[in-house]
Amino acid sequence: MLGRTLREVSTALKQGHITPTELCQKCLSLIKKTKFLNAYITVSEEVALKQAEESEKRYKKGHSLGDLDGIPVAVKDNFSTSSIETTCASNMLKGYVPPYNATVVQKLLDKGAVLMGKTNLDEFAMGSGSTDGVFGPVKNPWSYSKQYREKRKQKAHGENEDSNWLITGGSSGGSAAAVAAFTCFAALGSDTGGSTRNPAAHCGVVGFKPSYGLVSRHGLIPLVNSMDVPGILTRCVDDAAIVLGMLAGHDPKDSTTIQDPVKPFTLPTSADVNKLCIGIPKEYLAPELSSEVRSFWSKAANLFESEGAKVIEVSLPHTSYSIVCYHVLCTSEVASNMARFDGLEYGHRCDINVSTEAMYAATRREGFNDVVRGRILSGNFFLLKENYENYFIKAQKVRRLIANDFVNVFNSGVDVLLTPTTLSEAVPYLEFIKEDNRTRSAQDDIFTQAVNMAGFLSCLQDCQQ
Amino acid sequence: MAALMLRWSCLGKRWVLACIDGGSRHGRGAAIGLTSRRKRGQSSVAQQPLIAVQKSRKGEHEWAAVVGLEIHAQISSNSKLFSGSQVHFAAPPNSLVSFFDASLPGTLPVLNRRCVEAAVMTGLALNCRINKKSLFDRKHYFYADLPAGYQITQQRLPIAVNGSLAYSVSVGKKPSQVSTRTVRIKQIQLEQDSGKSLHDEPRSQTLIDLNRAGVGLLEVVLEPDMSCGEEAASAVRELQLILQALGTSQANMAEGQLRVDANISVHHPGEPLGVRTEVKNLNSARFLAKAIDFEIKRQIHELENGRKILNETRSFDDKLGCTMPMRDKEGKQDYRFMPEPNLPPLLLYDTASLPPGADPQQVINIDWIRERLPELPGKTREKLIQQYGMLPEHSFTLLNEVGLLEFFQNVIKETRAEPKKVTSWVLNIFLGFLKQQNLAVNESPVTPSALAELLNLLDRKAISSSAARQVFEELWQSKGKTPSQIVSEKKLELMQDQEALERVCHTVMEGHPQVVMDMKRGNPRAINKLIGLVRKATLSRADPTVIKEILERKLSS
Repeated sequence: MLGRTLREVSTALKQGHITPTELCQKCLSLIKKTKFLNAYITVSEEVALKQAEESEKRYKKGHSLGDLDGIPVAVKDNFSTSSIETTCASNMLKGYVPPYNATVVQKLLDKGAVLMGKTNLDEFAMGSGSTDGVFGPVKNPWSYSKQYREKRKQKAHGENEDSNWLITGGSSGGSAAAVAAFTCFAALGSDTGGSTRNPAAHCGVVGFKPSYGLVSRHGLIPLVNSMDVPGILTRCVDDAAIVLGMLAGHDPKDSTTIQDPVKPFTLPTSADVNKLCIGIPKEYLAPELSSEVRSFWSKAANLFESEGAKVIEVSLPHTSYSIVCYHVLCTSEVASNMARFDGLEYGHRCDINVSTEAMYAATRREGFNDVVRGRILSGNFFLLKENYENYFIKAQKVRRLIANDFVNVFNSGVDVLLTPTTLSEAVPYLEFIKEDNRTRSAQDDIFTQAVNMAGFLSCLQDCQQ
Repeated sequence: MAALMLRWSCLGKRWVLACIDGGSRHGRGAAIGLTSRRKRGQSSVAQQPLIAVQKSRKGEHEWAAVVGLEIHAQISSNSKLFSGSQVHFAAPPNSLVSFFDASLPGTLPVLNRRCVEAAVMTGLALNCRINKKSLFDRKHYFYADLPAGYQITQQRLPIAVNGSLAYSVSVGKKPSQVSTRTVRIKQIQLEQDSGKSLHDEPRSQTLIDLNRAGVGLLEVVLEPDMSCGEEAASAVRELQLILQALGTSQANMAEGQLRVDANISVHHPGEPLGVRTEVKNLNSARFLAKAIDFEIKRQIHELENGRKILNETRSFDDKLGCTMPMRDKEGKQDYRFMPEPNLPPLLLYDTASLPPGADPQQVINIDWIRERLPELPGKTREKLIQQYGMLPEHSFTLLNEVGLLEFFQNVIKETRAEPKKVTSWVLNIFLGFLKQQNLAVNESPVTPSALAELLNLLDRKAISSSAARQVFEELWQSKGKTPSQIVSEKKLELMQDQEALERVCHTVMEGHPQVVMDMKRGNPRAINKLIGLVRKATLSRADPTVIKEILERKLSS
């Protein structure tokens, strides 16, 4: 049952094959069994069971709230959840219990979803491995698949069973792992430079990044306000569509959401790609691309072509500048967004009482890991009066050029772009940590973050199955 | 940019700094000489009149002062600039704080429409150009009363620019000697207010109250077109009146709704501007002029003694009457301005550019606001002058005193007396009594109705002027009696019986033949003596003008 899609299990609930409480308990017990994955920071068992109970009452009366009613979901721990600890995997917010729900969380709950818990991430969503959070790294469920274990046995002998586990990718690794391990049917992630799509790729699930402004960011603890979006992780595209339908739309509490009303939609059951024009950006053919990924990319392109789609090469000429541009803008906004963490109103506060300044300094040193501190320092550097023009303004201009690349391509008749998400498949943790967070982010974000800067939507689906 | 000359003058033992109007403000010709004294109270210095042209002495330089102002006015609105929490004065600490005000992570700003309207109204009233597109920025600094670590303001592109404010200053001893000045408005911007810090020294702690954090402010930047404390104070007063007339801010300095920072420098005319200091948080009208004048004097003194002026921030200690450097600001702050990413550009429309089918709730039309602007103080004063024939300086006094205009208008409504009479009574007698006892208009024991009734009695000559004053004094004691009651109790009515009066005149004339002789000889004092005698005989119940007329008639017959 737990391996089913959201739609299938929803049907099962409606038809009474299983009750919400049974479903919830099954998920809870699987969560306990898969604790070693470290996908969850907080498991909200009591809350979940209560919600399941209420869902059950509704089903009994025949008043279900829709496709999400009674469905176990998980939420990345950088979304504000009322009365449930929200940590962003940081010492700074350990023990912080928000008094309000993020809009997207509220929407899920209003539709009857059952909240299993808050998932693990890189601290404050900064990273591409889900390895730099204060609660430890998340392990990719595929590390424990028969395939991978076979592969490992062939390679190394006498190795500790669990030492060579694979990363989930990041920063929404916990959500991706939670979905991949069948502990929930959908999870919320966030996507700023690829943080939903990267772990989705590594964990073999669907990762959906909506267009900026489509889904409310109210309650999403921000990384880069001008690029962040809530992301959706599910096991199939149809499920993602269901969740998107519940979440999209204007939110008066978020002034950057579009005002136009969102029309409800359903995906066609069989896709007709005859009229589709697919673009392959030539700049994405990076030398670091693994041969495996490259071959899957070709296979996918050929598949579309054989089904009648038009597949052409296109150019996004400013691609090579996007990493550096992203880093300037990202760190600048981070420096600004993190300024509120001073230990005064909420969160961690150090013991020093000597002066306010000393308290700020110690609190922030103790509360943030070095990735966060590094980005704050860089960001403040770029925002200094003497640097602002050369870095921040320049980056904004380059961002405009990158966004225009996409606009031009989509205006020339191309409907979708087909690209890889990651350079290679999921790597073992031990290999991943050989490089620091900044280097890894620069490498791993290469395919994903241009789209964040341009604000477009992006979806990935695992190629292997 | 012109600057007025300052002069030190000695009035007795006291030094007084006065602004002199040297004629037109721009492109002036010969400078007025100025000498600055080093020592106070030098009695050997000759008395000099306030307005005089004096040749500059050899070796002594002229000084010109330059004053610019940054004025923060709290917007009068129900809720804060970016959040829904309420705006109230003196509420229990931290009782008006929303999640956004407390900077809880994940909260986002939502712009308050009323605050934008207030900014547009104020911009229009100050002759500004309203920017149809304006932007919001973050200004970063760490301080306990700034929860987010940044303030949302408008640095790059504010909502209104390039306006002007006309105000008036007295240029001589006589009240009629007033001159109109103009100060340019650089810009008006919307921004957040910070919370309040209360320093608890004994316990080495600071208490933070976030009630005020996030309240909408209008920052009005006045170009350095002013040159002394009096000009600055007048400009601020006029701005207060405008804001109050618009209803965009209550602008009450005592309640912190209007705060002024002054930028002050001095230089020799013809030379480049001097280093400026900023004097912050001038929170009372009384101390505004004092602080600015002190700072000007201090800078002159420093420079004349060979020292340099530091580009620093100072505060005014009203007990000591001097400015002091503020400890916090070490070195120059870099605020690391960055666009506020959570707020799209603020777009305003006029009737021409309004998109068709736009929801009126979602858009702001500048023309619509312009058409509905309330009457501004300048216009009100103009109307008073035209309608009631009063002098310009009277119209200023009426508006400058809180509640006085309303009082005046209420009296006018209920009396038949001539407006000029009403003006004179309100501005001289009524206001005089108020000032003597340091009362506000709303604390007056005399109501507009009572004064109106009194003026009616005077108007139909039921009582004389001096009797009216007596009645007024009685009314001021607020024993609950009406003017008519007082008049009858004290027997202050004028004699209405003409014949009886004639008889008294006759009797007096008979009783003082010598004085009558003097009168016949044309001695003007004689008739006054007779009038006095008649008045005494009638217990002051006769109108002196009528007495005089009767006596003259009798004399000629």
